[in-house]
Amino acid sequence: MLVAIRGGEQAIENAERLLIEQRRGDPAISELSVEQIGEQLSLAVDRTMNEGALYDRHAASLALKQAQGDAAEAAFLLRTFRATLPRAGYSEPLHTASMQIERRITPIVKEAPGGQYLGATYDYIHRLLDEKPTGPDKSPISTDNESDPIIAPHLADRLARDGIAEKLPSANSGADIFDITRDPVMYPANREVRLQSLSRADEGFLTGLANSTLQGYGENFPLVTELRVGDVAVDFTIPELGFAVTIGRVTLSECEILNKKLDVQSDEPRFTRGYGLSLGRSERRAMAMAVNDRALKGRDLGEAVQCPIEDEQFVLSNADGVEAAGLLQSLKLPHYVSFQAELKRLRDIQAKHLLRGENSQ
Amino acid sequence: MIPVNAGLQEQRSYNFGYLNEVTKRMLRRAILKAVSIPGFQVPIAGHEMPLPPGWGTGGMQITAALIGRSDVLKVIDQGADDSINATSIRRFFERVTDCRTTSSTREATIIQTRHRIPEERLSEGHIIVLQVPLPEPMRSLEPSETVTRRLHAFQDYGMLYVRLYEDMVRLGDAGGGTNHPVLVNGRYFAAPSPIPTFDNHKLDRSPALMLFGAGRHRRIYAIPPHTSVENLSFRDRPFVVRKVEGRCSVCGSTESYLDVISDDNGISGFVCSDTSFCATRRIGEPVGSRA
Repeated sequence: MLVAIRGGEQAIENAERLLIEQRRGDPAISELSVEQIGEQLSLAVDRTMNEGALYDRHAASLALKQAQGDAAEAAFLLRTFRATLPRAGYSEPLHTASMQIERRITPIVKEAPGGQYLGATYDYIHRLLDEKPTGPDKSPISTDNESDPIIAPHLADRLARDGIAEKLPSANSGADIFDITRDPVMYPANREVRLQSLSRADEGFLTGLANSTLQGYGENFPLVTELRVGDVAVDFTIPELGFAVTIGRVTLSECEILNKKLDVQSDEPRFTRGYGLSLGRSERRAMAMAVNDRALKGRDLGEAVQCPIEDEQFVLSNADGVEAAGLLQSLKLPHYVSFQAELKRLRDIQAKHLLRGENSQ
Repeated sequence: MIPVNAGLQEQRSYNFGYLNEVTKRMLRRAILKAVSIPGFQVPIAGHEMPLPPGWGTGGMQITAALIGRSDVLKVIDQGADDSINATSIRRFFERVTDCRTTSSTREATIIQTRHRIPEERLSEGHIIVLQVPLPEPMRSLEPSETVTRRLHAFQDYGMLYVRLYEDMVRLGDAGGGTNHPVLVNGRYFAAPSPIPTFDNHKLDRSPALMLFGAGRHRRIYAIPPHTSVENLSFRDRPFVVRKVEGRCSVCGSTESYLDVISDDNGISGFVCSDTSFCATRRIGEPVGSRA
């Protein structure tokens, strides 16, 4: 039965009012504040900032509240907010080697210069649902600013100096960087386009793809060189001043991986590398991004492109969660003209088949 | 430290047409390029619109870049002004511009549409903005963007003809139902967006400017006024226009594209898919515009 979905402004307004009621839930239960979301659901806020491509904890918390906690919808809200913001310029390249470390692990070496810090992690916590209050029941153990900040050099840099890991070109200044929010993405895409696209991609999609290659789709099984989480200064050159000043600090998660696939094109074979960087405390995301980055470098390294994770158009054009959700959900729009046109074609073809059958008898 | 509420302090209302002027200029440049190279897909950067990608954001970006204070906007979805997504897009532009909107084809200067081209004769003042889900006519045959770009460059459209031949041999029928590829200005094959083949002839030498926006795929292309548009077909197997035969139960039209209305007992009648056309015929004059 074909029924056109039609309805005017009243229907849309009613839908919005219903949604507001549903979002609020039982009025007898006190309303969540944006601050509560920012403080107590901070990992959800981090994911929203990543996929919304905007470092703004308040806006991301608000987006989560407005989206009833739906990660895809919250990222979308943050993106549209971002699209309207004026652009001041590009920061200086972030110096993550100067990160104030709150967590750092180097799984491939027992003792890395700078040390390892477990920090706050779910890794070794038994995942048992616990109805007990979540507040601290002992005196706080976090030391905040009392002790000296921990700074550690990148292990991968050391490995590159030692002729083990691939050597990378130094960072470009902002003006030369391709910007996917201002320039059209074309294929083949260079690495900065890939990294920018991966950094705002849907985390589930990235994790799934990374898993595919760990399971054997493409030989991209990596080793994690280093994973670090902490605060990094953002420096911005103000034209009127002519020099860079620190305008803020951001919490970042960074992951470097090594791949046993060697760069056979270079004079000296070395382990190849992948890189992931994400906003807030989101190390799973940084790891997935690093695995994807390495797999997508295959074309540059002269490797055969055989698996989905190695195909940049496949990965980049499907990874954006906001876009993917949008297209999928557009199937809810009325399609009666399209359906009817295709139905007429089907009937025409069926009629011809029938005719053919009769003729051949 | 960045204040926790950074960015929310600027409580300005949105710019006219939502997008900022720099973005609009980039889009207008792409539109000019598209008009200069009919049928060629011009890449654009993606700009998030408040509707999800896939819901007409490509068309909305074009409309936002073009709309000016003297414009009158009409938005249709599957031919209907009161379709819920058309209403939503129209409401959006009412909110971010102070332009007048209308449901009358004649009165409008910009018509944003999904899956239909209006029945009424278009004129030189009209800009038709079509929402495009998939801009590449060869995508279902060749997934790689790099390859299809090269095929366009060499005007190598063999695979489209092979598909047409195969359809003819296998199904005995070569015409598509919707989104049947068209050759624009004798040079580029383009996807006309999922309009029914019934609408394809309206693209040929139309006095109106036709602009196509694919938001998710970040492409804009154009059919400038009075440009020749041919349907993909073989000379000895002419293109067939498909249409449900019937009579609109509201205005009595037999020549317009008709939606089938069904009830529990099956097909119960037909009604014009173009609601403005239907209303104009019924009342004998264009339906009233909205302020």
